[in-house]
Amino acid sequence: MQMRSIEIVVGTFMLAGLISLAVLAIKVSGFDVGRDADTYTVYARFENIGGLVVRGKVSIAGVVVGNVAEISLDQESFMALVRLEIDADVNEISIDTTAAILTEGLIGGKLVGLTIGAEDEYLTDGDEITDTQSAVVLEELIGKFLLNKF
Amino acid sequence: MLSHLRNLGLQVLDVLSIFGRAGHIWWHALWRFPEWRNIDLVVYQIYKLGVLSVVITILSGFSIGAVLALQGYNQLVKFGSESALGLGVALVLLMEIGPVVAALLFAGRAGSAVTAEIGLMKTTEQLSSMEMIGVDPLQRIVAPRLWAGFIVMPILAIMFSVVGIWGASLIGVNWLGVHEGAFWASMQDGVDFESHILKGIVKSVVFGIVVIWIAVFQGYDTQPTSEGIAAATTKTVVFSSVAVLVLDFFLTLVMFNL
Repeated sequence: MQMRSIEIVVGTFMLAGLISLAVLAIKVSGFDVGRDADTYTVYARFENIGGLVVRGKVSIAGVVVGNVAEISLDQESFMALVRLEIDADVNEISIDTTAAILTEGLIGGKLVGLTIGAEDEYLTDGDEITDTQSAVVLEELIGKFLLNKF
Repeated sequence: MLSHLRNLGLQVLDVLSIFGRAGHIWWHALWRFPEWRNIDLVVYQIYKLGVLSVVITILSGFSIGAVLALQGYNQLVKFGSESALGLGVALVLLMEIGPVVAALLFAGRAGSAVTAEIGLMKTTEQLSSMEMIGVDPLQRIVAPRLWAGFIVMPILAIMFSVVGIWGASLIGVNWLGVHEGAFWASMQDGVDFESHILKGIVKSVVFGIVVIWIAVFQGYDTQPTSEGIAAATTKTVVFSSVAVLVLDFFLTLVMFNL
């Protein structure tokens, strides 16, 4: 084969490699650019976060509106302090919103579910959600059930 | 007794000298090469090692993806979690099977050819004639093959994974009836670009270096007889396959468990 046609074939080969990489990035890993560019921060304290992890979802009515940015222990109250990053365009979350730790499906991962309240004032950057509901720990439930304290 | 000890010592020295010669080839070919006027040689080797391996890589990738989907589905459907099929297949392909099987295919398809070619050049004294007329065979023959191997291997591994995932979706979604949205969503949810895809690519780069190095060295170091070429070709396939599998274990240990 002539050198020129070999060069063309090799070029196509390299291009196919790059396209494959792009397919992996976009289609397989769901690489989304700049999703967390515009967010604001809200804190929530939970008695028990169960198995919530950093990068977990934050959802309202099942729609993902943000993610868990950081989980730390509040050394004074010994509650879990969770930093939530919420998309900037979801900016009308009332201050009496409830945050609960929910489970995705029966054995899925944990997520933070927000239930909107009735107040007219909205949460802004750095605010804290006061009304929280801990994760349901299956072992505790079973223990209570066995001891008839349910 | 003493002669046994002496033999043992000789064998150890032999092994050491093999590594020495391999290191010498590696070092000289790698650092003498970067010259733009010789880029044609690399392009031609990419064609021979890479482009001609595409068909076998794609066929194998598709079959393995399809088989993973079939087996995975049969197990997952027992727990009613067949929507996790996409995630399972993608992770297995990206982190393990893609780089490893692509490297094994590369060793069999391209590595053996490189060994046979260089071995025959040595046997027919083309290499020493090159030295005679002042052309460095390490630079002219070995280096382009090494560099082409480094470039080609990750591309083949990526293609393998992509085609495998496509094959899995074809079997899982279109034939076995896994919900399409769940298939892709579970995959996008669980696969991370940096911690899964990039680490798989790092693996394939390492495998490419090892396989092409073994192939080139076995060719260059062959006994200049027809039997020698046969032995060298066999050694290339055996050594590089074992090296890939053993290295894969340690790479996984280092990259994914720490």
